Amino acid sequence: MAARLNALPRTRSGSLLLGAVGIALALLLWQLAPALGLVDSDNLPGASAVLSELASLAGTDAFWSAVGSTLAGAGLGLAIAVVAGVALGVLMGSSTIAWHALRPTVEFLRPVPGVALIPVAILVFGPSMQSDVFLVAFGCVWVMLIQTLYGVRDVDEVALQTARSYGLTHAQRIRWVQLPSSLPYIATGLRISSSIALIVAVTAELVAGNAGLGKSISLAQSVGQTEEMYALIVAAGILGIAVHVVFGGLERRFLHWHQSQRAGGDR
Amino acid sequence: MLEVVGLSKSYGTGASATHAVQCLEFAVEELEFVGIVGPSGAGKTTLLKCMAGLLAPTSGQTLLRGKPVTGPPPELAVVFQDYSRSLFAWMTVRRNVLLPLTNKPEIRDPARVADEALAAVGLKGFEEHYPWQLSGGMQQRVAIARALAYQPKVLLMDEPFASVDAQTRAELEDLVLRVREQFGVTIVLVTHDIDEAVYMSDRVVILSRPPSTVQEILPIDLPRPRDQVDTKALPEFASLRARIYEAIMQPAAAAGV
Repeated sequence: MAARLNALPRTRSGSLLLGAVGIALALLLWQLAPALGLVDSDNLPGASAVLSELASLAGTDAFWSAVGSTLAGAGLGLAIAVVAGVALGVLMGSSTIAWHALRPTVEFLRPVPGVALIPVAILVFGPSMQSDVFLVAFGCVWVMLIQTLYGVRDVDEVALQTARSYGLTHAQRIRWVQLPSSLPYIATGLRISSSIALIVAVTAELVAGNAGLGKSISLAQSVGQTEEMYALIVAAGILGIAVHVVFGGLERRFLHWHQSQRAGGDR
Repeated sequence: MLEVVGLSKSYGTGASATHAVQCLEFAVEELEFVGIVGPSGAGKTTLLKCMAGLLAPTSGQTLLRGKPVTGPPPELAVVFQDYSRSLFAWMTVRRNVLLPLTNKPEIRDPARVADEALAAVGLKGFEEHYPWQLSGGMQQRVAIARALAYQPKVLLMDEPFASVDAQTRAELEDLVLRVREQFGVTIVLVTHDIDEAVYMSDRVVILSRPPSTVQEILPIDLPRPRDQVDTKALPEFASLRARIYEAIMQPAAAAGV
């Protein structure tokens, strides 16, 4: 029995089964905690109540428009961060002049927590989509920049010398050698910043009142709709998982040639 | 074709500087095959990088058809030892061979040139593979095909067979001797393997211990085409390899005069 149990994690179906059991246990605990009076059911309704609330929310336009606003703000901000971060990263990674000129500024701005700029965003943009986009972009750009920078600097010396010996220009070396070889770093940056984007977007909506899941959560809380509040929190969690899955898939698609993604093709 | 004139390269400055090579002087004739051997640490790779225009010499220069080499010349290609790092893992075999042709407008039909070079090294049918899907020997063939497709006048090879097994090594040696005639290139081969240098070369340049100078230039008057069994069984082959071995092993002081 013990041996068969130990064998479970080694197969795909076995590990899926174990995961399902874990989720079921967590849901059971959540259901039982308020039912047994371990927590006040006014503060934490049971899992079944929250999930059925989520199911009925999923039938409303208001819910989907909130999801759409959050995704749009996070997505647009992330897109800006990726473009700016990769461009700056390539520039700083391949030019010593740019590196020395920009590094102090970057080192100063990088540790500023993105959410600390919420008051600035409210002041400048008001409770709008722009403030979402601005905060997300600021929160994500440093990760993208630093990852690209490391990637460009970590390019293999032999690969670069090969490119030079074949007379490739500086721009061609960036396009065909340095950028592709730093893709694994950029992909890691994307995975990290896609989570940051969602966190910052929801936080900005909670605090600044921009339309989106965060604002819906704070509204539900203020009018005492506890079940709806929890349902929206669960929805935000599901959104996080979906984003993670999407970016994981993109990584596999674009990095199929990289060691980490090769499926036994290495000889 | 290719002249190395008083070439020196030092790393660092002042008293702590290491002198890799010092006042090297030799010439490579058109279509000649020259092997460069020397004790380990003799600055063979430094010399090759200076000749390729990848490294600026401290003094002296390399002349390619009379013109000083100041950067990588378009008439010259390099095959590196480490094929797994020299090939671009994110490109197919064909793309790897095609990329260097980007800046060669005189090559009218790059796709055909690339495929012909791949066929010449026996890789027909592997054009759409990725380098990491191939064995080490096949990867080095891709690197050789890439160099040939570039249509260089001079091919510099830096220990190109040091990372493959003995049998593959012999196959690749014969492959290079074959395509050399087919493509009409002058080849300079840096190697630590004395047998290989004797087997492949028309002349062998022997470098001394660092700071390395040219200790001796030895003509290899073995008949061509060479053959892994017959050539290596010749008494001349044995005496040539013994001579190089002794030259490399004896202390630098006794070598002079």
